Amino acid sequence: MSASLRSQVGQLARRSVLRTLRQPAQIVPSLVFPLFLLAVNSGGLKGATNLPGFPTDSYLTFALAVPFMQGALFSVMNAGTDLARDIETGFLNRLALTPLRNAALLSGLLAGAVVLGLVQAVVYLSIGLIAGADLAAGAGGFLAIVALSVSVTVAFGSIGLFAALRTGSGEAVQGLFPVFFVFLFLSSMALPLELIQTDWFRAIATANPVSYLLQAFRSVLIEGWDVGELALGFGIAAAVLALGMLAASSALKTRLVRT
Amino acid sequence: MAVENATGIEVQALVREFKNGPRAVDGIDLRVAPGEIYGFLGPNGAGKSTTVLMLTTLLPPTAGSARVAGFDIVSEGPRVRSAIGAALQEAALDPLLSGAEHMRLQTALHGIPKAERTRRSEELLARVGLSRAADRKVGGYSGGMKRRLDLALALAHRPRILFLDEPTTGLDIQSRTALWEEVARLAAEDGVTVFLTTQYLEEADALADRVGIIDHGKLVAEGTPAALKAEIGRPTVEAVPHDPADHERMVAVLARFGEPAGASPKGVGVRLAGGESQLAEVVRALDAEGIAIEHLQLHAPSLDDVFLTKTGRSLEGAEEAEEEAEEQAAEAPSPA
Repeated sequence: MSASLRSQVGQLARRSVLRTLRQPAQIVPSLVFPLFLLAVNSGGLKGATNLPGFPTDSYLTFALAVPFMQGALFSVMNAGTDLARDIETGFLNRLALTPLRNAALLSGLLAGAVVLGLVQAVVYLSIGLIAGADLAAGAGGFLAIVALSVSVTVAFGSIGLFAALRTGSGEAVQGLFPVFFVFLFLSSMALPLELIQTDWFRAIATANPVSYLLQAFRSVLIEGWDVGELALGFGIAAAVLALGMLAASSALKTRLVRT
Repeated sequence: MAVENATGIEVQALVREFKNGPRAVDGIDLRVAPGEIYGFLGPNGAGKSTTVLMLTTLLPPTAGSARVAGFDIVSEGPRVRSAIGAALQEAALDPLLSGAEHMRLQTALHGIPKAERTRRSEELLARVGLSRAADRKVGGYSGGMKRRLDLALALAHRPRILFLDEPTTGLDIQSRTALWEEVARLAAEDGVTVFLTTQYLEEADALADRVGIIDHGKLVAEGTPAALKAEIGRPTVEAVPHDPADHERMVAVLARFGEPAGASPKGVGVRLAGGESQLAEVVRALDAEGIAIEHLQLHAPSLDDVFLTKTGRSLEGAEEAEEEAEEQAAEAPSPA
């Protein structure tokens, strides 16, 4: 990476982080809502641990993987609406009039998602552990989960950037939230894949990459170090990021028609 | 003919068409000399902003060509951008960042060396009177402060050409005057070429060395404000009848003295074919017809008269007509 590109990414990252930190309305719901659902689910569904083959006797530990995914979904909205606002207000045109490179713009914008992912991961995991969840992989597992959470948050954030560049509308980006939530519900969110009895649901959940991201978090929480599960989680996050950035780059070229 | 000094603008047959729409810009030719303030005057929807977007490389033209600072706007976009500064129609600022943070971002993205950034930022913020507000978030700035910050940002990298798209729209008269002074100073002292779009006649009149008048995407007149007004030559008289019922009779009487001209809704305007000396005759004729006069005023030729002469509409009337047309279009049912 050249010095000028590094400098551009750095400046835009700084702005993205400042914007994120100065909008409590972005951070607080992404912390409170997933933790609230965690409390409800771990209380209401703990009977599921009695099912033969359930991987742990603590439903809280099993369910603790879910907030990381829900937090990542918030990053779709936050990264996307921030960029959409830049488009709507003409700030993107201001940036387009500088020697800014497209790659720097997209990378810089995701810096806010990194911070959000970091804060979310530390808060979810700390509160989960305080509430009695297990962390089979120990202290190193804490770092692995934070790293995975940041990766997933950034990957999903890139989809938010694509949606913003494609539509140019904050409302349209926010309209994606329920769609992504359906993806989450059609996964192994509530039960392990092998315990899902309904055939069509199990088929969809098996094909849904979100199930494997959840499994990566759960492997660290429940089983300890399972390199295969963890690598699959990081791999899926990397693939989503690559696809998201590719789509966002293409949409940026269409959006920014500067000569 | 190329612009010899690389601080001017040369536009030839520039066209921009949008899908399923009319030509927003329809074959414009113009030339702005180095150090000149060029006022691009026209009503809303006339094609001013589209022209600016093309000249600043943010929108490719459909046809025609333009060179800005000596560079082609299509094939040399990055070089054009490095030579220009622009404050586009809306002050595009981030409400969550402070003025100083905006300056830091802008100077850094333009590649100004780190050691120079703070000094340049402070210098520009001081110049536009925002030093004390530099650390406040822009969300709390007034419209005038935002416009001044916008101007400072446009100047961050010492551009040779400055594009200002309706820079004073919505500003109070004090803020407007302050901005005019700064723009005039930039041109006079720093030799910056300024391309300024406006819908305010007085702004073009007060600030521009030369004015181009655009309507429906076409340049309908161009010249110095004085020359354009001299071209019209004749003054306008506007009379308001004491009794509104006399309005039609007043129209008939004034028609004897020249062609109709724009006037207030209650008044009647006429461009005096025989010049100012006819004013007394106008008064006598109205008196002879028994029409009492509520108000009588003689107007020297204005840029609005120029616009009226060239387009058949007054500039303010044109804006109302555009808005009315837009409203009608919005209310009309979609074709099946």
